[in-house]
Amino acid sequence: MSEKKDRGKAAKREKAGDYIPADHKDAKADRSDVTLPSLGFVGMLRWAWRQLTSMRTALMLLLLLAVAAVPGSIWPQRVQDAFAVQTWIDDNPTVGPVLDFFQLFDVYSSVWFSAIYLLLFISLIGCILPRTRKHWQHIRSAPPRTPRRLEKLPEYGALELESKAAGDDADAPDTEQVIEDARRVLKKRGYRTDVREAGSDARGRQVPASIGAEKGYSKEVGNLLFHIALVGVLVFVALGSMFSYRGQKIIMEDEAFVNALVAYDNFYPGTYFDEDQLHPFSITLNDFDRVFDRQSEEYFGQALDFTADVTVQEGTDEEPRQEELSVNDPLTLGGARLFLVGNGYAPVVTVEDSNGDVAFSGPVVTRPEDSVYTSMMVIKAPDAQPEQLGFQGMFLPTSHEVEDGLAVSIDPELGNPQLQLDSYYGDLGLDDGTPQNVYVLDTENLEELNSRSAEAGGIVLEPGQTYELPDGMGSISFDEVIDYMAVDIHYNPGQVGVLVFALTALGGLIMTLFIRRRRAWVTVETTEEGRVLVRYGLLSRGEDFSLRDENIALRSDFEKKWPVRAPEEN
Amino acid sequence: MTFMLTLRPIDEQLAEYSELFMLIAASIYTIAFIAFTIDMVRSSATIRRVEAELATERDRESAMAGVGAAGSGSGGAGTGGSEGGGPESGGGVEPVELVDDEMAYTGTKRPIANVAVALTVVAALAHAFAVITRGIAANRVPWANMFEFLTSAALIVSLVYLVALIRRDLRFLGVFAVGLVVIMMVGATIGFPTPVGHVQPALQNPWIWIHVSLAAIAIGLFALTFAMNILQLIQQRRERAMTAAGRGEDADGEASSRVSRWQFLRLVPSSVALENWAYRINAIGFVFWTMGPLITGAIWAEETWGRYWGWDTKEVWTFVIWVVYAGYLHARATRGWTGNRSAWLSIIGFACIIFNYAVVNVYFPGLHSYAGLPE
Repeated sequence: MSEKKDRGKAAKREKAGDYIPADHKDAKADRSDVTLPSLGFVGMLRWAWRQLTSMRTALMLLLLLAVAAVPGSIWPQRVQDAFAVQTWIDDNPTVGPVLDFFQLFDVYSSVWFSAIYLLLFISLIGCILPRTRKHWQHIRSAPPRTPRRLEKLPEYGALELESKAAGDDADAPDTEQVIEDARRVLKKRGYRTDVREAGSDARGRQVPASIGAEKGYSKEVGNLLFHIALVGVLVFVALGSMFSYRGQKIIMEDEAFVNALVAYDNFYPGTYFDEDQLHPFSITLNDFDRVFDRQSEEYFGQALDFTADVTVQEGTDEEPRQEELSVNDPLTLGGARLFLVGNGYAPVVTVEDSNGDVAFSGPVVTRPEDSVYTSMMVIKAPDAQPEQLGFQGMFLPTSHEVEDGLAVSIDPELGNPQLQLDSYYGDLGLDDGTPQNVYVLDTENLEELNSRSAEAGGIVLEPGQTYELPDGMGSISFDEVIDYMAVDIHYNPGQVGVLVFALTALGGLIMTLFIRRRRAWVTVETTEEGRVLVRYGLLSRGEDFSLRDENIALRSDFEKKWPVRAPEEN
Repeated sequence: MTFMLTLRPIDEQLAEYSELFMLIAASIYTIAFIAFTIDMVRSSATIRRVEAELATERDRESAMAGVGAAGSGSGGAGTGGSEGGGPESGGGVEPVELVDDEMAYTGTKRPIANVAVALTVVAALAHAFAVITRGIAANRVPWANMFEFLTSAALIVSLVYLVALIRRDLRFLGVFAVGLVVIMMVGATIGFPTPVGHVQPALQNPWIWIHVSLAAIAIGLFALTFAMNILQLIQQRRERAMTAAGRGEDADGEASSRVSRWQFLRLVPSSVALENWAYRINAIGFVFWTMGPLITGAIWAEETWGRYWGWDTKEVWTFVIWVVYAGYLHARATRGWTGNRSAWLSIIGFACIIFNYAVVNVYFPGLHSYAGLPE
């Protein structure tokens, strides 16, 4: 894709135009200047194809891709946080649906974003294929014919060798030997060489013996490799998204999770996911460890380390084994990877209704809101009689009262655990089957029983305590606190392929950017005085800022080979 | 628990030294910046002086030649004549090459610029000391938060600039490079002052060494090309004005006034040379950006978050920047897109980097909290 042009040498190139192969200029860009030809349907198709595969179109698509990616960072994305998207739409009822219609919450899977990158990749393939064929031909053919006038090339040099016959001190080898020496020098500098004998050209002009040489074929190989590898990355990203699965699960202390569809809290299958793909394993959380900074004054209480002590079993036959799961250290079970992405406290609560029957009992997942684990919680007890009961409030790991009845958490560890709850009775809205967020209590159809502003005050509970609800509606007890961890389970068969191709692309990129493709020609002839005259010219293909250095190096190599006559004083 | 053993306590004493040296470095950079600015402002005087020196030298040579040819002891008449006209006429005689397009040193004497370079070296030493001691004090890499990343990246900008200075005469870039370093240091101190501390669990990963340092190197390189591309655009305007004035198309005298107003640009290489050098450096920067933010970032993300690419805001902008610079590299090969247009792409690319750092990090929600629940 990157037929490069060296502006600095552009002027010189104009002069050397004859010797630059036809494909050297940006032929594709030339073609895009062509006006619409009247060639009928096939001609139209061909014209459209050329437009699409032109460098200018590719560049436009590339820049368009950059611009199109930006909205994904402005609005929340479903691929990241579907809940945030729903909240955004609810908060902006006019603009939200419009943005949603234009897929601005699904930018990276939207029709328009896909259209851009697919067109870009088609353009890219349309560019790579002919270039691969052309480069294959270049590799297999000899370096191009020797130009008649080497002095018109961007870099040029001439050396007159000494000859005793002409009255010099030393004697240079004959022309044949000089040609052979020059060939060796070029070979040693990495050029592929082709020796041409003296003769006459098509128009009958005398042509001296010469060498055509070229090196840096791998520059274009790198270029092609880079672009092909990008296609590979895209293919494996697509394969990955087809056969992958991803799920989330909150696991309580002493709870076992078995990898089955029903066990997940959230599950996102790939397009061609099949339930049989789920890797058979189970995991039990034995203990959860949090380490906080206790030394620094500024960062006292900052989280330093989270480690889950787990028992895992792969398949059904294998022995269970102990493992540690921590933030940067996922577990690989079967082909699936298990990541520790969150943790928190789960107070164990028992709710009894007015009849004294247990309406809810068990650990409640709380959502930590800050670094001191001030955690939001919601309890729903739909089985309570005669009225359903609901609670919402906070769990504070280390509660500290700041003013009358208002407490805050001052430390993330369990120093003085406390529940601060409001209670409600009425219709929880669970009976009609509409899916509800377990972390949100819809208080619309509920009557308030307890709250800081209510007569009865709020509920404040420490472990082991029980609170009797007003009006004999029942009771709530806070039994103990256990830990929970949130894990993400991922299986993506495409990601190794993505990595391999990404690294290949990187290799290709380095090759194409830093290898220089150069052509050199050397002619050897005999002057009227009987001395051997060696002339050489250099031409680069693509960006090359050090062609002058190559000239100097080549000259010094030549000077070491033969006795070179000092330039004549004028 | 294994990590706990390696978390040594913060060395508060060393941390204080680090902060002190950071301040010292910032102060010296500021003085160096002022010196570079003075050098730039005085450049028309410098140019006049250099031209006078060159003219004298030329005259002396021609006088010597005259002496040799005539064989007599005199020949001062001719010298005196051109000495009178030489220094003041400046542009009247053939323009003297003050800079080389290869950006090699041409022997132009610029004492104030040299003082500025020396000050930058001293500042960079203090700066390096501050960054390294901060790392030792915390017993980890010194680029784990915004303050540290900004000060480390500033050190890299300054080091890249100084290393480049060894081989190339980039003193014309001093105002921009050192100015940028000053802005980064001040930005870090005012915008994100952060005492030394341990880092959250997600950052306790060996990839932080590679990922962040590659990103900082890429940003350091892109910062230099950003300055070069801006100069390229200014230089190109001047070159166009010069051509216009030369052709006699300068009816209202605007072009020639522009030429004389931007005298310091005579110490700056031609726009084509600037463009070529910016391209070479951008190519290296692009490789670093591919390796650092893109590939190692994806590997680390997979290890920590479970997916190699999830279109987090930071990832989105990493991608946007990569595409913009890829566009830049392609633009250089597209007819009608070389020169100014590709320079603009490089400038936009760096603007995106600044945006990605300053705005995205601060105002956009991203994956930075580890206590929270997913969804």
